[in-house]
Amino acid sequence: MLSIKNLHASIEGTPILKGISLEIKPGEVHAIMGPNGSGKSTLASVLAGREEYEVTEGEVSFKGKDLLELSPEDRAREGVFLAFQYPVEIPGVSSTNFLRTAVNQVREYRGQEPLDAVKFLTLMKEKMKLVEIDQKLLSRALNEGFSGGEKKKNEIFQMAVLEPSLSILDETDSGLDIDALKVVANGVNQLKTKENATIVVTHYQRLLDYIVPDFVHVLYNGRIVKSGAKELALELEEKGYDWIKEEVSGTAV
Amino acid sequence: MSKDNEILEEFTSKEYEHGWSVNYEADEAPIGLNEDIIRWISAKKEEPQWMLDWRLKAYRHWETMEEPTWPNVRYPKIDYQSLRYYSAPKQKKKPSNINEVDPELLKIYDRLGISLNEQKRLQGIAVDAVLDSVSVGTIFKDTLSKLGVIFCSFSEAVKEHPELVKKYLGSVVPATDNYFAALNSAVFSDGSFCYIPKGVRCPMELSTYFRINAANTGQFERTLIIAEDQSYVSYLEGCTAPQRDENQLHAAVVEIYAAEKAEVKYSTVQNWYPGDKNGKGGIYNFVTKRGICAGNHSKISWTQVETGSAVTWKYPSCILKGDHSIGEFYSVAVTNNYQQADTGTKMIHIGKNTRSRIVSKGISAGHSQNSYRGQVQVMKRATNSRNFSQCDSLLMGDKCGAHTFPYIDIHNSTAKVEHEATTSKIGEDQIFYCNQRGIDSEDAVALIVNGYAKEVLNQLPMEFAVEAQKLLALTLEGSVG
Ligand SMILES: Nc1ncnc2c1ncn2[C@@H]1O[C@H](COP(=O)(O)OP(=O)(O)OP(=O)(O)O)[C@@H](O)[C@H]1O
Ligand SMILES: [Mg+2]
Repeated sequence: MLSIKNLHASIEGTPILKGISLEIKPGEVHAIMGPNGSGKSTLASVLAGREEYEVTEGEVSFKGKDLLELSPEDRAREGVFLAFQYPVEIPGVSSTNFLRTAVNQVREYRGQEPLDAVKFLTLMKEKMKLVEIDQKLLSRALNEGFSGGEKKKNEIFQMAVLEPSLSILDETDSGLDIDALKVVANGVNQLKTKENATIVVTHYQRLLDYIVPDFVHVLYNGRIVKSGAKELALELEEKGYDWIKEEVSGTAV
Repeated sequence: MSKDNEILEEFTSKEYEHGWSVNYEADEAPIGLNEDIIRWISAKKEEPQWMLDWRLKAYRHWETMEEPTWPNVRYPKIDYQSLRYYSAPKQKKKPSNINEVDPELLKIYDRLGISLNEQKRLQGIAVDAVLDSVSVGTIFKDTLSKLGVIFCSFSEAVKEHPELVKKYLGSVVPATDNYFAALNSAVFSDGSFCYIPKGVRCPMELSTYFRINAANTGQFERTLIIAEDQSYVSYLEGCTAPQRDENQLHAAVVEIYAAEKAEVKYSTVQNWYPGDKNGKGGIYNFVTKRGICAGNHSKISWTQVETGSAVTWKYPSCILKGDHSIGEFYSVAVTNNYQQADTGTKMIHIGKNTRSRIVSKGISAGHSQNSYRGQVQVMKRATNSRNFSQCDSLLMGDKCGAHTFPYIDIHNSTAKVEHEATTSKIGEDQIFYCNQRGIDSEDAVALIVNGYAKEVLNQLPMEFAVEAQKLLALTLEGSVG
């Protein structure tokens, strides 16, 4: 579904991603871990099409299309969803109004009829149950004054409504209390199908107890320096990143 | 230039939609301004002597006045002798009701999306259509008159209800009030008149639609609204003008009188031609709007969505004379390209326990300048009066300006006056967040701007609110790609 080949990207002339390759098939869950500043959010942003990042080398194909050619909104409409590490606030715009605009623009792109108010609200109700989000939160302005955890939950709620084929969760677990973490993970799992794939960016093995990854990758200094099965996450939790850093500098060019 | 600005720049360059004009045979005053012109206008309108005298007095006063220079706007000096002060479509015979109006004229309004056909009209809005210097027709007049509500053109009111006009004309905005009000008083050609009798809740929105068509002609209309004890009316005003290279002057006066427990809600969606992308042409909108809450427990509420005009100078105000009276001002002012707006309000607290609320949302894009100017005055007698002002500015791009000039003048120590102000920028990250959910940048800006202006838009009657939302999006369209 997603194929990243030798991806290099820089911001304001500073290279951040330095040759990332990754293959993701439908139905798979990939976890990306790595120290602060290693480029995890950058990778997510580049995939989502944030324009400050310049792709200097490499290719990305998504469901057979050249992803890098598409505008950010078209990537979203093709089914790429990014749950932001820091969701922004949009004062005065209710979540409901925002999501309805989003859903209908996505539908239009796919040649589907727009959802009328009743159908849309039915969809909202159904998804609200899934992530156990409070209706009151959704009638408020988007993310405005939301607590850190509420913002993260709202990201997953939006994901549930938009039903993307590739979801990238950037540290969705940070800021969530234990109960919320379970709820969110449970939501993600319920949304999992054979057709869609998930990338989970996290610092903590704890989340991976709930969302079980097929692969774990370690991103360090703009490269994927190690990949493995879910046990790798446990090993990282135990030993930290130093041994990986050493391994890398041992073989460094 | 950052991507952010590039996006916004593209988004802010949409063409004006109502820029067309039509040719019709017109009845025009000669160009220029002097006492004879005023006599000419008055004669044309078959006015009584008192009306002419009132005009001449205003004119003589205007001659002694200087054009104000304190607003934060720049425009070349207006040559008042080069303008035409009256232009009206020639109608073969005076229509006695809307069905007799020349269908060609009605077509102008159809094209603007304003149907003057009572059958086709959405229920609940009565319209008075003013084209250049005259009212071409008022609909739903009969329905209203059964309730005793008078809603007609100003000229008609002068003839049919002289005692009301004499009593209230100039009582809120005196002919000598300011330069443009004096000019208007001398040369005003038409406008709307509205009288709500005691105890009547006007069952439909009353609306005036102003259209400038003729070139080189100023538009000077007057609106007078009188709400008797315990009455209620909601009044809407809309306006457009053709796209022309030269600037055109619009100097209107609106007066509102609210008696005891009366409530008047006045909403404007101003969409005069703003000039082109380079700042050529556009309307100079120099308007005096003022209401007096004369009776106890009365209320006047101004809501304005200002998107058009090259230069705007406008401060809808409330004189809170009655005890417990309430004044409100809700405003969204958008400026784009080279538009300049200096707008705000005055709340003058005279009575006890008076309340005022000011919510101003400025949006500046392109090279425009947007100023809020507001005055809150609390007089000696106004014990326990309260004011709350919220003035927000939203900037799109880095070539525009937003300015706030609050004036607070308090003569009673029990008064409580609060002022809050914020300035923000539409963030690239907000637009990207929307994009990431599948929303294109243009709709993202529309969402963000409408969210920002929500508190004001919520004050508008339903039909108007939708219109205003679209207009906001349209005005800013082209600033994001
Ligand atoms: N405008 C910029 N100019 C230079 N460097 C930048 C710029 N923006 C981000 N960076 C750097 O890019 C690197 C990668 O950042 P990124 O946010 O992708 O890290 P991350 O792996 O997500 O970290 P964390 O775990 O803390 O979220 C960081 O070192 C960051 O300082
Ligand atoms: Mg990060």
